[in-house]
Amino acid sequence: METLLYLIITLIKIVLIVVPLLLCVAYLTYAERKIIGYMQVRIGPNRVNFSAIPGLRKIPGFGQPIADALKLMFKEIIIPTNSDRFLFVIAPMLVMAPALAAWAVIPFSEGGWVLADINAGLLYILAMTSMGVYGILIAGWASNSKYAFLSTMRSAAQIISYEIAMGFALVGVLMAAGSLNLSDIVAAQKGSFLHWYWLPLLPLLFIYFISGLAETNRAPFDLAEGESEIVAGFHVEYSGMLFAVFFMAEYANMILISTLSAVMFLGGWLSPFEGIELLLGENWFTALLIRASFLWLAIKISLFLFLFLWIRATFPRYRYDQVMRLGWKVFIPITLVWIVVLGVAILAKIPPWFA
Amino acid sequence: MKAIKDYIKRLFLLELRDGLKVTGRYLFDKKITVQYPDERTPQSHRFRGRHALRRYPNGEERCIACKLCEAVCPALAITIEADHRPDGTRSTTRYEIDLTKCIFCGLCEESCPVDSIVETRVFEYSGEQRGDLLMTKEKLLAAGEQLEKQLAADKALDRAYR
Repeated sequence: METLLYLIITLIKIVLIVVPLLLCVAYLTYAERKIIGYMQVRIGPNRVNFSAIPGLRKIPGFGQPIADALKLMFKEIIIPTNSDRFLFVIAPMLVMAPALAAWAVIPFSEGGWVLADINAGLLYILAMTSMGVYGILIAGWASNSKYAFLSTMRSAAQIISYEIAMGFALVGVLMAAGSLNLSDIVAAQKGSFLHWYWLPLLPLLFIYFISGLAETNRAPFDLAEGESEIVAGFHVEYSGMLFAVFFMAEYANMILISTLSAVMFLGGWLSPFEGIELLLGENWFTALLIRASFLWLAIKISLFLFLFLWIRATFPRYRYDQVMRLGWKVFIPITLVWIVVLGVAILAKIPPWFA
Repeated sequence: MKAIKDYIKRLFLLELRDGLKVTGRYLFDKKITVQYPDERTPQSHRFRGRHALRRYPNGEERCIACKLCEAVCPALAITIEADHRPDGTRSTTRYEIDLTKCIFCGLCEESCPVDSIVETRVFEYSGEQRGDLLMTKEKLLAAGEQLEKQLAADKALDRAYR
């Protein structure tokens, strides 16, 4: 009985995480089209008028993600004759599942707002984000198409290369916080915003974020998709809902990378105004600024997501050899050097982070 | 020295920052989108759209079947057959423009000695069958009658330059 209750409560928690996440994914596509449109001096989607609350003024284009989802649901799923049917169908799920599963260990707010407060959280995240590449590999292989296969090769080489730099960046966080548990990592950054790890780990933050771009196959590292070279890469042969799942997984991964950057380098749900009550006195306003922990996390995530979109609107795609050079010859040496620097800093107990 | 400078530039992503600045500035720029069916860009009086055949104010056809337009048409889109009418004047019995061939260069309008064949400002048209895009003499004359006011005004605007 107790086990059943535990199971039900966990399931409800999972739904509470996954449903808002998928909504965020839908509206991230809208935000992307709007922001990139604005950066290209266009106005972006504005035809599907919709308001989230009935009776409120309708916002032009706000229903676009819903319309897109409906359209994709009614489209035919075409499975190529020479493809491996079983692998072809499970590949999108193999991409989607790790992107969602990684959310189990993300601390959302103060006081244990986390689905699974496990001690090896960081390792779990690392494992889950690397799993996504199998889905892409299988999709490219099962399609039995030259373009998809080329894309698969590129994607595999790219993700494996950047995994190393990403792992080293996480080693830096692990050294600084002294824990693999994400809640503990956030708690270790407590203090003003100068206590957050973005300052002592600045190069690692940059490397983590850029590796994150590569890991999620986003521009300027979208060689696996490369519309102008290999059509659409690993998902050329996919249509309808199977394609939509790939699409959603990409955006879910973007949100995940942004969240992890926020948690590990920008103090997660910690407020940047910590200590403000000493200046302004204790009233409802300062209390709100400090206690609005989930809100701060959301703001930090949005910041990184905006950066994702901004970068996509700005930079052209890397050439393949440049991607490899950046990963192996720039990022890995920098992370290694910084880990040594960090080790020295921790031994010297440099305040305020390592005191 | 230059190598070191370049290395520092690359390492600290200085050029990437400059690129981001440009797109960041355009984010707040005025948008230039014209929302077409609701908004339209201005049209020149020399706009070259679908053709029309004009008449004189007394109702007589302008076309004298000289076939200059047929001769000049680079896409061979115009077909003309001419004959004498009972009163001895020359006129076309068949005047057809195949819009699927036409490249809207405006040479027919340019060559016409009597300002008969003109290109109107109409550009939003479509055909559901193949024949719909073959402009017969009746269709061309009907279009001319319908748009005569506009066409006369456009021609008057352009007179000084001819």
